[in-house]
Amino acid sequence: MNDILQDSKLSAFVEKLSKTLLPLDQKITRKAQEVIESMDFPTTRNEAWKYTRLGKITGIKLENKIERVGNLSREKINSLFQVSKNGLTFVYENGLFRSDLSSGEFPKGATIKPLTGCSKEELKTLGTNIKLENEVFNAINTLFAVDGMFISVDKNVVITEPIQFIHLLSGSNTIANTRNYIQLAPFSKAEIIQSYYSLEAEKAFTNIINEINIAENAMLTINKLQCETENSFHISTDQVTQEKDSNFSINTITLNGTLVRNNLNIEVNGTNCETHLNGIYLLKENQHVDNHTIVDHKAPHCESHELYKGVIDDKATAVFNGKVFVRKDSQKINAFQSNANVLLSDDATVNSKPELEIYADDVKCSHGSTTGQLNEEAVFYLRARGISEKSARHLMVSAFIEDVITKIENEDVKNFTHSIIKERFGWEF
Amino acid sequence: MIKISNLHASIDGKEILKGLNLEVKAGEIHAIMGPNGAGKSTLASVLAGREEYEVTQGTVDFDGKDLLDLSTEDRAREGLFLAFQYPIEIPGVSNINFLRTSLNEIREYRGEEQISAKDFLAKVKDKSALVELDSKLASRSVNEGFSGGEKKRNEIFQMAMLEPKLAILDETDSGLDIDALRIVASGVNKLKSDKNATIVITHYQRLLDYIIPDFVHVLYDGRIVKSGPKELALELEEKGYDWIKAEVEAH
Repeated sequence: MNDILQDSKLSAFVEKLSKTLLPLDQKITRKAQEVIESMDFPTTRNEAWKYTRLGKITGIKLENKIERVGNLSREKINSLFQVSKNGLTFVYENGLFRSDLSSGEFPKGATIKPLTGCSKEELKTLGTNIKLENEVFNAINTLFAVDGMFISVDKNVVITEPIQFIHLLSGSNTIANTRNYIQLAPFSKAEIIQSYYSLEAEKAFTNIINEINIAENAMLTINKLQCETENSFHISTDQVTQEKDSNFSINTITLNGTLVRNNLNIEVNGTNCETHLNGIYLLKENQHVDNHTIVDHKAPHCESHELYKGVIDDKATAVFNGKVFVRKDSQKINAFQSNANVLLSDDATVNSKPELEIYADDVKCSHGSTTGQLNEEAVFYLRARGISEKSARHLMVSAFIEDVITKIENEDVKNFTHSIIKERFGWEF
Repeated sequence: MIKISNLHASIDGKEILKGLNLEVKAGEIHAIMGPNGAGKSTLASVLAGREEYEVTQGTVDFDGKDLLDLSTEDRAREGLFLAFQYPIEIPGVSNINFLRTSLNEIREYRGEEQISAKDFLAKVKDKSALVELDSKLASRSVNEGFSGGEKKRNEIFQMAMLEPKLAILDETDSGLDIDALRIVASGVNKLKSDKNATIVITHYQRLLDYIIPDFVHVLYDGRIVKSGPKELALELEEKGYDWIKAEVEAH
């Protein structure tokens, strides 16, 4: 079998990549190696990839070179890409830490550094929770991760300023295998802003894994802004575990990228947890954005709220697949999930699949999915008050997504989101 | 102000307006009454520029402009206002944001300065008081969760904010209780001047006790078949429309 797959697209794809230097357990790297040798890229016959074709990614002829974009400075990075002027900003280019572009002050009570600077002890659980079986992109990341960010917040520490992670993709036919490791000790609190951009990038690919562990009574918020260019690819997996009484919120805002796939896997292991998943995706031209989320309620008395909204124009395609599991003994779960889409063109497509799998009998769960066009009666009503047709549509689209934007607590993130939307789509708020 | 001549309009190939003539001068209030299906709402829709209606013949002159040649938004910018029979709910779009956009686009069209935030808020306060609209409603989403009466008052509030030359009230009174009716009517009366005009489309004479028309017209089968002073409304209330139908058919 291995012989046949010697010629697989996957083996050709990884041929020029150098093995990771991260101190991963050998069992894990061996498993990843096995996956890459025995599998190929998933096709649409695979249920998890039914609506997302990977041809554009698998066709990249990767060039094994580390090029750095010249004439970059801290000031330039901060003025273009920094979401919040406060806090620590770590900058990565193609997965490599750029201390020369990073800035800000280290918060007290936390360890923040590049993953490559961590001891084996610090990274002893790295990769232990990442599924490799049938997960080609996780396996690639595991074997070839360059670097990433290590964030460890101490017990009882509250970090008030956001920790920022700026990820730059540059060069042509490059891949950035980036791995972040985030852990919050009991009773701690932190907020992370992750923003992704391209710089002179052509057919470049971000393949990122965020490993996140939230201990008892800790609170973590992640704001993710995906703003790469029209010809870049982005596949991310966020693997999150929540212990009892913890609170986790993630806002995923996808504003660009030709093919974006976000896997959000949340294991709620303890009781009395809260989980909030908010998402916005605004697509045009030939963009394809696929959000796959899993919330696995393994313990009783928890709450999860999920709200994803998308606006799809031109020939773009959006995919939403949200799964909520409620295990047999997980009673008194409140799980709500909603996905709403507005299509702005006749050629836009949405594949939305909310799923609930409930094995407990005393729970409150709901899910819903809507896809439609803007209400033409409302457009007429606004026009009858002197508002141009274009502004009328903008007002309504803005109102539609503003619903999700208001859930973002950080004002800087809100403003940044508004300004990028205005720049890219011309919509005012 | 507006001169409608021989207006013919159809929807899905069915002719609804069949040669309608009407002239309204500044400072006047005209009431248009008529049985169901006579074409009252069609007239309002055609004047506001609803695209599903096709004008097959006739002209509409609005203060020297060819109204039928203008887009819906330009008609509004020229000073035409339609109070909707069924105001639309627009979730997420706040009344305030909507009205500011509207005012500013109208001003821009007329080559005027944008309204300052301070002047705008003062105006909102002033005009919402006119129709006794709770200022909280002004900051809510357009018509969302409003009662029937609140929706109609919101229409008059918008009219007060935009100060049109010609307002067309399409069945603004239907579904209103007597208190709401009085508030709506008093708002309309307070906005009346010798520079603007109002067309009140209604089913019931009741509204005309509060908004006194200068002329009453009967619209029947796509045409204005009878016009008279305000007393005509009382006669219609008393005798219904059958005698009008008989008169028309006798001709």
